[in-house]
Amino acid sequence: MTGAGNSALSVSATSLAGTEPWPQPIPWRGQLGPVAALDNFDRAGNVIAPISNSASYQRKIVAASGESISKIPTTVAEVNAPEVRTSSKVLRGIADTIASVFGRMFQRKLSKRAGSGIPARLVIRVLVWVRRASQTIFIALFLWLLANTAFRGTFSAKASEPVRLPWPVEVFLLADPYVAIMTLLSTHTLYRGLAVAGIVTVITIVFGRVFCGWICPFGTLHHFFGWIFPSRYLRGNKRVNANKTHAWQITKYYLLVAFLGAALFGSAIGGLLDPICISVRAIGLGVFPVLQYIGIRTTDIVAGTRVHAVQALSDSIQAELARNVWTSNQVYYHQTWLIVFSLIAILFMNRIIPRFWCRALCPLGALLGVVSRFALFGMKKDHEKCTDCNLCLVHCQAADSPQGGVKHRQDECHVCLNCEAACPEDVIRWGFLPNRKSSTQAPNWERRTLIASAAAGAVALPGMRIANWPDKAYNEKVIRPPGAVEERDFLNRCIRCAECMKVCPNNALHPAFFEAGIEGMWTPILIPRIGYCEYSCVLCGQVCPTGAIQKITEKEKLGIGQKPISIGTAMYDQGRCLPWAMATPCIVCEEFCPTSPKAIWVEEVTVPKRDDRYQGKGEQAAMTTVKLQRPHVDPSLCIGCGACEKACPIVDKPAVYVTSAGESRSRTNVILLENTNYSRKS
Amino acid sequence: MSERVNRRELIARLGAAAAALATAGAIGRAAYDRGGYDVSHARGERQVRDFTTASPSSDLKMAIAKSSHEAEVLVRRAVDALGGMKKFVSRGDIVAIKPNIGWDRLPIHAANTNPLVVAEVVRLVLDAGAKQVIVTDASCNEPNRCFQRSGIWRATHAVGATVILPAAHLFRDLRLRGDVLDIWPVYTPLVNADKVINVPIAKHHNLSKFTGGMKNWYGLLGGRRNRLHQNINVSIADLATFMRPTLTILDATRVLLRNGPQGGNIDDAKDVFQVIASLDPVAADAYGATLIGVEPAAVEYLQIGMQRGLGNSNWEKVNHVEV
Repeated sequence: MTGAGNSALSVSATSLAGTEPWPQPIPWRGQLGPVAALDNFDRAGNVIAPISNSASYQRKIVAASGESISKIPTTVAEVNAPEVRTSSKVLRGIADTIASVFGRMFQRKLSKRAGSGIPARLVIRVLVWVRRASQTIFIALFLWLLANTAFRGTFSAKASEPVRLPWPVEVFLLADPYVAIMTLLSTHTLYRGLAVAGIVTVITIVFGRVFCGWICPFGTLHHFFGWIFPSRYLRGNKRVNANKTHAWQITKYYLLVAFLGAALFGSAIGGLLDPICISVRAIGLGVFPVLQYIGIRTTDIVAGTRVHAVQALSDSIQAELARNVWTSNQVYYHQTWLIVFSLIAILFMNRIIPRFWCRALCPLGALLGVVSRFALFGMKKDHEKCTDCNLCLVHCQAADSPQGGVKHRQDECHVCLNCEAACPEDVIRWGFLPNRKSSTQAPNWERRTLIASAAAGAVALPGMRIANWPDKAYNEKVIRPPGAVEERDFLNRCIRCAECMKVCPNNALHPAFFEAGIEGMWTPILIPRIGYCEYSCVLCGQVCPTGAIQKITEKEKLGIGQKPISIGTAMYDQGRCLPWAMATPCIVCEEFCPTSPKAIWVEEVTVPKRDDRYQGKGEQAAMTTVKLQRPHVDPSLCIGCGACEKACPIVDKPAVYVTSAGESRSRTNVILLENTNYSRKS
Repeated sequence: MSERVNRRELIARLGAAAAALATAGAIGRAAYDRGGYDVSHARGERQVRDFTTASPSSDLKMAIAKSSHEAEVLVRRAVDALGGMKKFVSRGDIVAIKPNIGWDRLPIHAANTNPLVVAEVVRLVLDAGAKQVIVTDASCNEPNRCFQRSGIWRATHAVGATVILPAAHLFRDLRLRGDVLDIWPVYTPLVNADKVINVPIAKHHNLSKFTGGMKNWYGLLGGRRNRLHQNINVSIADLATFMRPTLTILDATRVLLRNGPQGGNIDDAKDVFQVIASLDPVAADAYGATLIGVEPAAVEYLQIGMQRGLGNSNWEKVNHVEV
């Protein structure tokens, strides 16, 4: 590690200086002074520009080069101009144009440059910025699609047009190979759009884990948080050590096989730790509603000023947000505190271990790590050149051993290219078909632990199901969305991505806590108390990426010429119902019942009632009679939508409530003998 | 010997302490809350929204158009018979139109006002010189679906109306001070206009027997509307007392005979091809009730409305014309 690395530097310096060779092969260790002095030399050893105009600084350079100060070019243009002109290659010209856009920042603020300060190869400098642009674009796309995971009507649609979302809002989930392989193992099929996951797989086979470093919105979130909130305790040597490869990084591979083992035995519970699922769940059900709350609260306070112009402004801001970002009413999600808390905790971990999630836990990253062994592009290292400056480790995202002396971990690498951008010695280089001597491709897992993990995942499942067997322990609160498949198949497919909950126009779908057993955590359940299932809406099935909720049509849901889809049955609590218990007219439930004929029918009765003019002056209360309509449910017509429960004026514990009994997806959780005459008109 | 504070420091420290005390005192005094029962009970007079225009010479109250099968023609004939839209709408007015967009149903189900009727009203109002026409309703089902699938969004947007979808921030508390409705959140786009035209549809309703113009004002309220059913007739009358529209245009081109108020079955509805324009909201409803086979005398809120002087439920006795 002595002379070779700086040969180019020496030669160029020599040509610049005329006669004298460069005083030291590793200048920053020697006489040249502070490391920052090297800012004035590019990779080829040419002087590019002095960052300081101070006389003492320039004297140092003069002393080093043995030239008089008049011969040193002093402006960027002066230095770069001849270099560009002498280059006759077209490619170089194009690359320079790009570099002048991206690279201008480098040349102006030399002291802020990452790493040694010596610019990396042009292609790397450009690619690092392309990577940043890619991360920005993909996270913006993700958030935009998430905000649009909601039905917003339009003036241009015809009344008869079926209501569907105009964008493939679930595309990030469809592109997720982990979701694809998990559901492939559990259902033995690849559900519709999940074929998109092939794109990410192909990209990984060619370029390695660029998904993690360039595309993944959750990865970008961690990258962003690590950059914007750097920890005071993670500087210098601590940071270098934190970014070295640690043995515990193998955890994610064991998690991956455990979840795949569980999938093989019939549960897509691995979705709990899928980064895209987490992003949709935590941002869609947590961050967005919180921002909405803050927005509503702020505009309410502003509206409280009672100045008409201010109120109008606040109203129009509210209207814009309600139309384009969220919905017209505040949304709530049942027990989401744990989801939000988990997000905060995992983001906070970046202050202790940078990108802890990506390095230690992410099963999708682990899957891509396995696939990336075939990658055609990658990093190779020339250990000889390394001066142990550790600048690569300061900027490394994935803790994939970019430094010299150890093998590069291709399975861990996110291809963020920060290492090469930082390296002053060309030790690590990105390129096509790198040699495999300086890197390892496969994860260094232990086979026994791997098998044990898969087995643990597989047996965890019956362990959880014994506590909550789908055929034995029916929980009346587990009302699944319309189009949901039978419970065991549902658990095969549901990855808890929360797309259905986000899209539900009535805020009716919520992540289950323990209602569906510990295995069913964060699977969707309908809570009619908060919102009912909109009669002709089929959007939850449209956005479901795995077919846990099938893509049903309105015709199938409403049962035109066939049996309608029922998600449960309404029951009356006659002790709480106004006409039944309190001789008071009501039947809002009947008004809201959407089926035709209505599943709620009323019997007209005349019942005695205490005269409400009775003032209680000691005498016997006078009695009167009142005509009432008492509601009943026809279970053969009830579809369990919960509109009655939502409309019931007894809000805390409604007098009419829906339970999952009679759901048409189940062949055991049923009430009635079937009536197969579906030919009635509607 | 320890150092003593000098005079300058003494004054500065005493001054700072005094200022802090004074600030705390001032905040405490300004924000002091005596508490007690009446804190949570808003006081103030009844608020009424009266959008009626004095009808000068003619005492013609109601026009029933039934001579065409085209909704637009029926609307125009009915309004023209009352003297034309210019009689009600002044140049530069902001006019709110309140159709029934309560349900996620298609026009053929006759659960919402016919979009052709609403669009024609918008056109007439704009032709009369209105600055802006707002079409809105506080729906029962999810508003995006109701507005789109009722066809009203598309039809009225095409003729230049401003369609507003209900949202939480658009409701403000008003003092209705009725017999059963006291303070309720009211949908502001409907009450902040210069003129308001009610464009309901004639429908069956299981509890109140008939729903038309007066019950259409349910769409004015936010909050827990489901309580209104316990005394539906008085609450409808209270709303009709609070809200006096410029004009009521009852859509009876296709009426809902049963399974009301949302229907859902094509067989529940029947084509009648009539449009009623009326200055008397009670008479319009009374006539509408007859179209679905309900005797006006059996509709209690019409009787209460008549007692309160809101109109005449004996629609035959109201000065009307058939065109």
